[in-house]
Amino acid sequence: MNHPFLPLLVMFAVASVIVVALLTVASLFGPKSTNAAKNDPFESGNPPTGDARIRFSVRFYLVAMLFLIFDLEVVFLYPWAIYFRHLGVFGLIQMGIFLVILTVGYVYVWKKGALEWD
Amino acid sequence: MSVSTAVFNLIALLLVVSAAMVAFSRNIIYSAFSLLGTFMGVAGIYIFLGADFVAAVQLLIYVGGILVLILFAVMLTHRITDVTITNRAAGRIPALIVVVGLVYMLIQTVRTTPWAAAKQVTFASTTATIGDAFLYDYLLPFELASLVLLAAMIGAVVLSRKEIKE
Repeated sequence: MNHPFLPLLVMFAVASVIVVALLTVASLFGPKSTNAAKNDPFESGNPPTGDARIRFSVRFYLVAMLFLIFDLEVVFLYPWAIYFRHLGVFGLIQMGIFLVILTVGYVYVWKKGALEWD
Repeated sequence: MSVSTAVFNLIALLLVVSAAMVAFSRNIIYSAFSLLGTFMGVAGIYIFLGADFVAAVQLLIYVGGILVLILFAVMLTHRITDVTITNRAAGRIPALIVVVGLVYMLIQTVRTTPWAAAKQVTFASTTATIGDAFLYDYLLPFELASLVLLAAMIGAVVLSRKEIKE
């Protein structure tokens, strides 16, 4: 059987094999030396301060959530954009409604100050 | 064994191994990172099925979005790394019984289901068909999806704002 995506899949498989193989070879044959300085967390060359396991600000989560929502919006745009010539004005209006509803949310987020990083 | 079977086996191996690492890892961060291999393997399976759009969405949303969200959730949770994840409510014997029953059920399902032999499917790009379905047959669900996204957006803001005020 000739799968049309076979070259892509072969590349995917070869890439996975190479990653696993290189990591295995490196951990088997690589030189191992540990000292206190090497095990320190890297903070751009400065001596590390405090614990690395701090609680991150919840704002990061909000940003990730907003990213995901607009990411999903883009996913809905793809099939529409590919089929756009056939859909014409009707498709433009439908996608316009879709985008306006999401823009309402964007304006709400903006006005609420959720994008401020004070 | 043809090339395509070999590649399928390799992707299945990646999928199962990383899924096992998600389940068995004692450190929740390792579990979260192992999920990457699982999501990639699922994307590979979608490509095998000729679902190019779903595979792209899998990469874009799950690998690019959900995984980041899960990692943030782990990092935001206070001292989650100190918790040893074991379930003491049920012992090993009841768990073994449940697992054996489940595996038996799955094997029986695989054996008794009359699997439809794969026809010679023509692999055309599915994206245009999906676009057509969105704008004609499933227009209302499509527009409702934007309302669901709006609700998620407002919900995220309301919840995290409350957290900041404390």
